[in-house]
Amino acid sequence: MTDSGQRILVVDDEAPIRRYLRAALSAQGFDVYEAANGQEAINAVLTNRPDIIILDLGLPDFDGIEVTRRLREWSQTPIIILSVREAENDKIAALDAGADDYLTKPFSTGELMARMRVALRRMTSKLDDPILQVDGLEMDIARRIVTVDKNQIALTPTEYEILRLLLQNAGKVITHRQLLRQVWGIAYESEMHILRVNISNLRRKIEPDPTRPHYLLTEPGVGYRIRI
Amino acid sequence: MEHRPDPDELLKHIKSEEPGRGKLKIFLGYVAGVGKTYAMLEAAHQRKAQGLDVVIGYIETHKRAETEELVAGLEILSRKQIEYHNVSLPELDVDAVLKRKPQLVLVDEFAHTNAPGSRHPKRFQDVEEILDAGIDVYTTLNIQHLESLNDIVAQVTGVIVRETIPDRIIDEASEIEVIDLPPDELLTRLKEGKVYIPDLAARAIQEFFRKGNLTALREMSLRRAAERVDDQMRSYMQTRAIPGPWAATERLLVCISPSPLAEKLIRNTRRLADGLNAEWFAVYVEIASRPENNPTNRERIGRTLQLAEELGAKTLTLAGPSIHDAVLDFARKNNITKVIVGKPIKPRWQELWNGSIVDQLVYASGDIDVYVVSAEFESKKYVISKTFQPHRPLGRYLISLGLVALSTLISFFVRGNLEPTNLVMLYLTSVVVSAIFLGRGPSLLATITSVLAFDFFLVPPYYTFAVSDTQYIITFMVLFVISLIISSLTARVREQAEAAIRRESQTSVLYNLGRDLTSATDLNNIAQIIISHIGQTFAREVAIFLPENGHIHSFASSSNYQPDENELAVAAWTFEHDQPAGRGTDTLPAASIRCHPLRTPNGLVGVLGVHPKDTGSFLTPEQRQTLAAFANQAALAIERASLAEQAQQTKLLQATEKLQTALLNSISHDLRTPLVAITGALTSLDEQADDLNDEYRRSLVGTARGEADRLNRLVGNLLSMTRIESGAIKLHNEPGDIQDVIGTALEQLGKRVEGHEIKVKVPDDFPLVPMDFTLIVQVVVNLLDNAVKYSPEGSLIEVSALLADGKVRIQVADRGVGIPFEDLTRVFDKFYRVQRPESVSGTGLGLSISKGIIEIHHGNICASTREGGGTIITIELPLK
Repeated sequence: MTDSGQRILVVDDEAPIRRYLRAALSAQGFDVYEAANGQEAINAVLTNRPDIIILDLGLPDFDGIEVTRRLREWSQTPIIILSVREAENDKIAALDAGADDYLTKPFSTGELMARMRVALRRMTSKLDDPILQVDGLEMDIARRIVTVDKNQIALTPTEYEILRLLLQNAGKVITHRQLLRQVWGIAYESEMHILRVNISNLRRKIEPDPTRPHYLLTEPGVGYRIRI
Repeated sequence: MEHRPDPDELLKHIKSEEPGRGKLKIFLGYVAGVGKTYAMLEAAHQRKAQGLDVVIGYIETHKRAETEELVAGLEILSRKQIEYHNVSLPELDVDAVLKRKPQLVLVDEFAHTNAPGSRHPKRFQDVEEILDAGIDVYTTLNIQHLESLNDIVAQVTGVIVRETIPDRIIDEASEIEVIDLPPDELLTRLKEGKVYIPDLAARAIQEFFRKGNLTALREMSLRRAAERVDDQMRSYMQTRAIPGPWAATERLLVCISPSPLAEKLIRNTRRLADGLNAEWFAVYVEIASRPENNPTNRERIGRTLQLAEELGAKTLTLAGPSIHDAVLDFARKNNITKVIVGKPIKPRWQELWNGSIVDQLVYASGDIDVYVVSAEFESKKYVISKTFQPHRPLGRYLISLGLVALSTLISFFVRGNLEPTNLVMLYLTSVVVSAIFLGRGPSLLATITSVLAFDFFLVPPYYTFAVSDTQYIITFMVLFVISLIISSLTARVREQAEAAIRRESQTSVLYNLGRDLTSATDLNNIAQIIISHIGQTFAREVAIFLPENGHIHSFASSSNYQPDENELAVAAWTFEHDQPAGRGTDTLPAASIRCHPLRTPNGLVGVLGVHPKDTGSFLTPEQRQTLAAFANQAALAIERASLAEQAQQTKLLQATEKLQTALLNSISHDLRTPLVAITGALTSLDEQADDLNDEYRRSLVGTARGEADRLNRLVGNLLSMTRIESGAIKLHNEPGDIQDVIGTALEQLGKRVEGHEIKVKVPDDFPLVPMDFTLIVQVVVNLLDNAVKYSPEGSLIEVSALLADGKVRIQVADRGVGIPFEDLTRVFDKFYRVQRPESVSGTGLGLSISKGIIEIHHGNICASTREGGGTIITIELPLK
């Protein structure tokens, strides 16, 4: 699938990484723009109006979280952040600040493309699909029916809401906090155990093998994601 | 003839010009009242006018108006008050001078004795310390305070002056200014009440200030000053190799005996040496066959030798068969030109009997001059080593009589059968036995009674002292003479044996210390050995002070003894100045401790302190020598211990470095190995692009990807390990789902577990467990990775969770090669890898990191062997 003509802004202070991304993305037909620090990034967004931004969190002047925050003040462009394995707090902070997804360095080009596609699709698809479907999992939003391999699954309202939120953002990570806020409300932002229990129950219902989730993936320390 | 500068003179010259040491100027007068203090103050004002920083350290104006006027205008340093017997005595405050650091300080009365409790017993020692600090000093002195003139002054004036200064100090002074006043003028001033003399009653002053006395004293001081000028002139000429009218170098030797005459002899020799500008030696001869056992005499000899040294002699103790032999032998070997002895004081008949030392010297001296010096025999304080020891218990005499009686009895019975001359032997036996076992006195008694008994009982006519056959008189005489000789010889042998035993005990004490020290290596041990040996030998309490960061502190001490602050201060002084201090020394003699520096050729290692249990006892000079020997041994042993410690630490450091190097090599290898495949693959793809077909290309790429993953994991592991070790891990504890953990771990492992069957068993309704989700996932990943690595393809790996004893137990079980029993705990060590024939890739960090993470969670992890083969790793986490 080629995304021809779409513009990408790559923000990273490491030149080799920018080179690699330029090569990989150009091959996919993207127009690649580069920025090496936060200030350049903001300027580039204003100047070039990219369709999607790849943003490294470890920038020299002000960090990626700050860039995300500033951009989100006036732009809805999808942002995918690049981070290292251990920096969970940074990932969560960036996602909560408005980033759409994240990639842990080192990543494969395949992962990158997958994430980007998901992020772009959300933007391009204006239609609210009544039926969400991933593999054997189907959710009919209008009729509030969930089936797995054509078998109807009975979910509690909460479980349903969780699944709906995840499916509507299939392929994108949803943080714990986002889930708790949207499904339960702001007061429940830190009630991890409720979330865990519900996810566990949900898995037991929809997964063929709950011990090896196929649909509902855990992003350790960050949140959950539907695999596409 | 070529003249070269005399090296000794040059050295003296250089030393006196030494920069850094202050210069001493002495204002010398021949009696109190000539105006020395006044002259000193005048000179000080002159120097001040030249711009020098001048202060007064200690001045005695005696309330004289003219002197007081001069004091005004100069800064006066406050005196140090020393408390002594409820009286506050003002003394020179040395510390104040050193702190103030002027260029010049005035210190009156050079020969003054400080109050007990001062740092040094004498003021001139204080001045020496000030000079050492680079400060110039002006001082005043009267001629009678010179050590070498002490006896003459006493003779002339009838007043014995006790406060003396060693001549060496005067010689080393950079300038001497003689303050002279004709005696007539002085007497006038005395009448006018302008002269103040402390310590003398009015009558005594009149006695002292007779014109004859004054003239004599004046002549002495002028002569002394002239001698010094002469010396300086000679020195000047000699350093410049100017031929001059000096005498050929003389060398004098004076013999010391225990007689009180000895001190006078020493002073005489000093004056003679001065006059001849000669080097001089003072020797004491110890005769092996007649050792000096009397302690008073030995003490006197020690003091005399010390006096000689202070006056500038080189002192020695010689050993030899006789005095004149030892002396002349030494004299010839050392180019002595004149030998000085004292006139004999023993009665004439003793001289005839024993032989006169003087005569023997004179006859055997050859071309060496012998000077015989006389003196008045002042007192009967001389203890002549007695050959009789009338203190022997009476019992011994009775026993010796008994022996004689026994011999008589035996002879009585055999009287008829043997010639009397043979019976003499029995008596000789009893005399010998007496001499050996009972002493000189009893054996002498035995001798006499033997002869008498022999005569009375065994020589006809019996029971009378008359002698019928005059031959027996010869027998008597021979018996008597032989007995005398024997008893004398045996007694001598006994005395020598006593002396030898005494010497031996000293040596053996040292030997014991040395022997015990060689076997000790630990510093504490060594300290204890030293303390116990010295404590026992000298019956004192001991403390050892060692330096730490340049300051001394008490390292070890006898039990029940802890040096107090004052004693610590003495030790600190000893350490700083590398000289003995405290009780019995010249510095801080009022202290309750005596401190010795512990010196080795490499420097000062510490300080040894001895504290007497009873304040009355002092060490004899012999004991002090022994203590010094002990201190040397102790110093060497301590040095040895600290060197051993250093060596040990160096070895440890080397071992640690070796280990670190090995680790680094291993990590480096493990990091580089994946890069080989990656670089290889990429370069192949790049350089051999045309030669590769799709299959190869895919293979290369696949390999490179796999290896890149491996490298990534390794780097991640190393980082985790570092974080765990440095304690930088922060737990984000939140309720977590075990099933989720396992599922996530399997997801992360991805292809790596493809070749194995994984069975997961987590009961439904398993509670949420507080944990850091990401970290526990990492643990499970590590454990599964291990299980996969060490078990064959297709084998089963089981992961289960259950509740036990209020804890969560997670187990990962495989059917792999298993872990040997000895290694079950060691597998969790860093970089540990079970030794197996098939080499397994990956660094041995996984289990170690898991252990670290589990421990941060306050949990447990352990490995066990599985029945039927394989390994079970069990994790326990608290449910909180």
